[in-house]
Amino acid sequence: MTDVALAPDKQPRGLVALVRHARYVIGENRVTGFAFVLFVLIILAALIGPYLVPYDPLASNTAMALKGPSLQHWFGTDQIGRDVFSRVVVATRLDVFIAVASVALVFLMGGLAGVAAGFFGGWTERIVSRVADTIMAFPLFVLAMGIVAALGNTVQNIILATAIVNFPLYARVARAEANVRREAGFVLAARLSGNGEMRILLAHILPNIMPIMIVQMSLTMGYAILNAAGLSFIGLGVRPPTPEWGIMVAEGAAFMVSGEWWIAFFPGAALMIAVFCFNLLGDGLRDIVDPQRRT
Amino acid sequence: MQFGRYVGDLARGDLGNSLTTGQPVGTEIRTRLPASAELTLLGLIVSMLVAVPLGILAATRPGSLADHACRVIATAGVSLPVFFTGLILVYVFYYLLGWTPAPLGRLDIFFSPPPHVTGFYLIDSLIAGSLETFVAALKQLFLPALTLAIFSLAPIARMTRASMLAVLASDFVRTARASGLAPYTVIVTYAFRNAMIPVVTTLGMVFSFLLGANVLVEKVFAWPGIGSFAVEALVASDFAPLQGFVLTMAVMYVALNLVIDILYGLIDPRVRLEA
Repeated sequence: MTDVALAPDKQPRGLVALVRHARYVIGENRVTGFAFVLFVLIILAALIGPYLVPYDPLASNTAMALKGPSLQHWFGTDQIGRDVFSRVVVATRLDVFIAVASVALVFLMGGLAGVAAGFFGGWTERIVSRVADTIMAFPLFVLAMGIVAALGNTVQNIILATAIVNFPLYARVARAEANVRREAGFVLAARLSGNGEMRILLAHILPNIMPIMIVQMSLTMGYAILNAAGLSFIGLGVRPPTPEWGIMVAEGAAFMVSGEWWIAFFPGAALMIAVFCFNLLGDGLRDIVDPQRRT
Repeated sequence: MQFGRYVGDLARGDLGNSLTTGQPVGTEIRTRLPASAELTLLGLIVSMLVAVPLGILAATRPGSLADHACRVIATAGVSLPVFFTGLILVYVFYYLLGWTPAPLGRLDIFFSPPPHVTGFYLIDSLIAGSLETFVAALKQLFLPALTLAIFSLAPIARMTRASMLAVLASDFVRTARASGLAPYTVIVTYAFRNAMIPVVTTLGMVFSFLLGANVLVEKVFAWPGIGSFAVEALVASDFAPLQGFVLTMAVMYVALNLVIDILYGLIDPRVRLEA
C-alpha cells in the first residue's frame, strides 16, 4: 500500500486486499500456514469426527482392556476397553465448543465493556477498570476453580469461569484501542452528521477495533482450552464417562506409573497440538492485522 | 449477616472447620502451606536459573543456537498443559529410567520427616544435619519442581530476551562499549540491571500462573500441599477449606506484588524518587 500515489484506483481494496495480504503472509510464514491446516483439521474433527470414528467412545469391552496401540486400536484401549482414538476424536467437539463459547462470551462481556470504558471515560471507565483489577488480584486458575465450585459443577459454569478470568485481558485491550480512537477524525465526522453516541460506539468504533479483538480471541483460545482441560483434570465440570481431553488424561494418570502410557499420552498430545495451533494462528493473525508488532 | 459473621471470624484468624476432616481450616492450611511454597519456589528458582541466562545469550547472539532454542521453548512452553508435562516426566524418569522415586508425596515412607523448623524439608533436614533425608526429599521434589520450571520457563526467557534486546540497542550501552569496557561488564553490570524491571514484572505474572499450576502438579504428584487440599475439598463439596484456599492464594499473590513493587525501587532508584 506504499505506492498509492501511482494509481489510487488500481489498488485492490477491502476484502480482496485482505485476502491477498493474508496469502502473502502465509506464503512468507510457513508456520502460520501449517497452523492453519491444523486448525482446519481440528474443526473438521469437531464437526464430523463423531460420525467417522471406528468405535463407540462409550462402549466398553473388558476383553480388550489396557491394550497398547495396534492396527485395530490406533491409540490403544483404556482400563475398561474403550478405544482411545475414538474418544480423543469425539472429545474434540466438546473441548473446542467450550473454548469457542467462552471466548465468544468474554468478547461480549470484556470487549463491549472495554470499548464503552475507553469511549465514554468517567464512571464507566472507573467501574470497568476496578472490576478488571479485582479479577487480576487472584491467580487466574485458582479463581476459575473458585467460581466453578461456588456456582456448581457444570459445563456452563466452566465456560463462564473461563470467560471471567479472561475478562481483564479483553477489557484492557478494547479500552486502550477505543481510547485512541475517541477523538479520531471519522468519529468527529460521524458525530457532526448527527449520530448518537451509542451508534458511534457500535457502528463506528467497534468495527474498527474488531481486527485486534479477533487476534486477541485467537490468542486466548489456546488458554481457554488449557483452562477448561485443567479444570476437568481436577474433577470439575465434565463428568467422567463423557470423552474430554482433561478427564482422559486424569483417568490415564494412574496408569502412567505402571507403564500404560497411551491412555494419558494421546489425549494430552491432542490437547497440546490444539493449544499450539491456536497460539501459532494467533501470532500469524497478528502479523496480518498489525505488521509492526511482528516478532 | 452470614458474610458479616465470616469476616468477623476471619479477623480473629478463624477460617472455619472442614466438613470432612473436622479440623480447623486455618491449621490445615498452615501445615500444608510450606509444602506448596517449597515446591513453587524451587520451581521458580530452577526456571530462573535456566531462563535468564538463556534469554541473555539469545539477546546477545541473535540467530545463534541459543536464540533458536529460546524461540522454540517460548512457543512450545506456553502450549504444554502442565499436568501432561508432569505425567510424561513421571513416565520417563520413574517408569522407564527408574531414576526418581514413585510420585507419592514429599518423602519416601522409609524416612521420617525432619523436626519442624521452617516446614521446608530441604532446609529442616540440613538444620537437623541429616544428609540422607535431604537427598530423599530432593529426589521427591525433583520432578514436580522440574514440571513447574518447564511451565514457567517460556515467559521468563521470552521477556529476558526482549528486554535485553531493547537495552543492548540503547545509547548508554553503546557508550559503555565505546569506552572499552569488557563485554562481560557491559552485559552484566550495565545492560542486565536495566533489563531487569520488565523481567521482574513478568515474574509476578509467572507466579500467578504457578500458583494455579501448583494445584494441577500437586494432584499429579500426590503432593500434600494446599493445592491438593483444595482439590480434595472440591471433590467433597466442602466449602470452608475452599474459601480458605482461595483467600490464602489471593493474599499470597497480593503480598508478592508488594514485594515486586519494593524490588523495583531496589533495582531502579528512579522509581524510588517518583514514589
